[in-house]
Amino acid sequence: MSASPQPAAPMPPAADGVPVLEVRGVTKRFGALSVLRGIDFALRQGEVLGLVGDNGAGKSTLVKILSGFHAPDGGEIFIEGQRVSFNSVEAARSNGIETVYQDLALIPQLPVYQNLFLGHEITRLGPIRFLDKGEMRKLARQYLDDINVNVPSVDAEAVDLSGGQRQAIAVARSVRAATKILLLDEPLSAMGARESRLIIDLVKDLASSGRVSIIVIDHNYAHLFELCDRLNVIDGGRITLDQQVHETSIEELTELMVSSYRRQLAEVQNAGA
Amino acid sequence: MSTDAPTSTAAPEAGPPGRQRDPVSIGRRVLRTFLYQRELTPIVITIALFAYFAIRAGSNFTGTLSLSSAVGFAGPVAGIAIGEVLLLVLAEIDLSAGQVFLFCPWVMYWMHNDGVPLVLAIVIALIAVSAVGAINGLITVRLNVPSFVTTLAMNFILYGVVLVASNNLQGSPIPLSGGTSFISQFMGVWKWSEILWVIALTIILAVMLSRTRFGVRIVATGGNLVGAAEAGVPTRRVKVWCFVICSFVAGLVGIVDSIKYGTLDPGNFGVDYILYAVGACVIGGTALTGGRGTVVGAFIGAILLGVLQDGLTVIGVSTNDFFIYVGLVIIFAMALNVQFDRLIARSRSR
Repeated sequence: MSASPQPAAPMPPAADGVPVLEVRGVTKRFGALSVLRGIDFALRQGEVLGLVGDNGAGKSTLVKILSGFHAPDGGEIFIEGQRVSFNSVEAARSNGIETVYQDLALIPQLPVYQNLFLGHEITRLGPIRFLDKGEMRKLARQYLDDINVNVPSVDAEAVDLSGGQRQAIAVARSVRAATKILLLDEPLSAMGARESRLIIDLVKDLASSGRVSIIVIDHNYAHLFELCDRLNVIDGGRITLDQQVHETSIEELTELMVSSYRRQLAEVQNAGA
Repeated sequence: MSTDAPTSTAAPEAGPPGRQRDPVSIGRRVLRTFLYQRELTPIVITIALFAYFAIRAGSNFTGTLSLSSAVGFAGPVAGIAIGEVLLLVLAEIDLSAGQVFLFCPWVMYWMHNDGVPLVLAIVIALIAVSAVGAINGLITVRLNVPSFVTTLAMNFILYGVVLVASNNLQGSPIPLSGGTSFISQFMGVWKWSEILWVIALTIILAVMLSRTRFGVRIVATGGNLVGAAEAGVPTRRVKVWCFVICSFVAGLVGIVDSIKYGTLDPGNFGVDYILYAVGACVIGGTALTGGRGTVVGAFIGAILLGVLQDGLTVIGVSTNDFFIYVGLVIIFAMALNVQFDRLIARSRSR
């Protein structure tokens, strides 16, 4: 079920303390396809880490492993120095990890407020777990007003919302619930300018509070440079670059991605020759 | 749920945050209510049918004999449909629930004949059908066999078990049946007791589906399977439990029904029941695509079929014609549902 703490893993404390999340040598295959070939990285307390990589580089797979949706084939994951192994999304959640998925994980037929509380329902009367719909509606209204998310009504079904609104609800759900680590898999992909701004501000607010550490996947370098403290590049199932945002630039990163692409292309051509 | 004042679904960009209320005519408000509260339409149709038969046939239709015949038809169908609807909301189906309804009293009967005290015999029968539901569910979620196939097979297996174990002989007498004690009357002998059991179960299941966390998980699993799993809903466990609940409820009503009629016929085939039950769910506004459906709707659908069956008999239409009417009603209900969905979609894109 929950994390299985193991006898003190050897962990040289970094200058800024134990990382909130450390991943060592994580691998994952799907059939013959080796998606992750040994991922190593650390997420420091209060940090926003951006993951960059081509389509199919393994970013989403990594996120789904950290969120407990997939089990890794190999490697170790540590949360605040404790080795953990999740076998369910619930187990990851009970360790304070919340995730916004690329496909949003909203239920079209449920109203906004129930989507906002999906998996965190407020219930009464103990084991029967009756929904406290009034309380959830009230809190949902308050929260969405606070963060300036505009929906027709908290009773509107998710299917009635625009793509951007749906995304805002999905992000808001996880931001609200995250206690330790927030994973964002392309949180801005379906959003207009106004909604993107809203989500960026929401994530920056959460980051500046320092209580939650964040991993973001995004294809938009401008967003990443605004949001993140540090960027890691995933290529071919491994982390190939680890840079502080202030030590690099959009141009440098773009150049790096392009040259990596050229190298791969050359490898493919050589293999074919 | 959506009976709150209609709200603008368009132009989210405009205006200050918060909800905007449009002045909407009463006609559109009524239409909206019918669009979103799918069980309203079958309720209105049931009332209209009832009124029609009452006017045509007077006390021949509204008399106790006629009405108890209507609920005699509707009770078993509703008892199966209210559990079935949970599976339809999950985008699954249980074709064995009708046979479970027939099988459960046989288990009670066999146990009791072997000297097991009646209460214990009933408990064992209910555990047995719950196990049948669990097997249906586990085969479906663990072996990835479509539930249509799993439960179709289970239907034949249970039918065969009854034929073999009963030696093709009727089961009689059923314990409690024909008795005058309170417990006999309560467990099915009184002509209204079966429908009261079904009404009580309808209320319990309706509250479960619309007011509990488990209910949200059912809708979430049926509405977006992957999304629900990603949001932490244990989708497989939810499905298995719903198969168990469907079997349990069908079996319980089956026991009451057997006490009501007093004999068990091994030749009864569950598919006859399940098709009416699925029809009742459809009439009650359940989409077979998952995520939508109500327990009350399924119950109303069964009542509608009962009123139709009894009313046609009373006004002298041949029983054979009944099947044609059932077919027409089901097609009409489904077509109406689809059209309602289109209307909703159109109002959205405006």
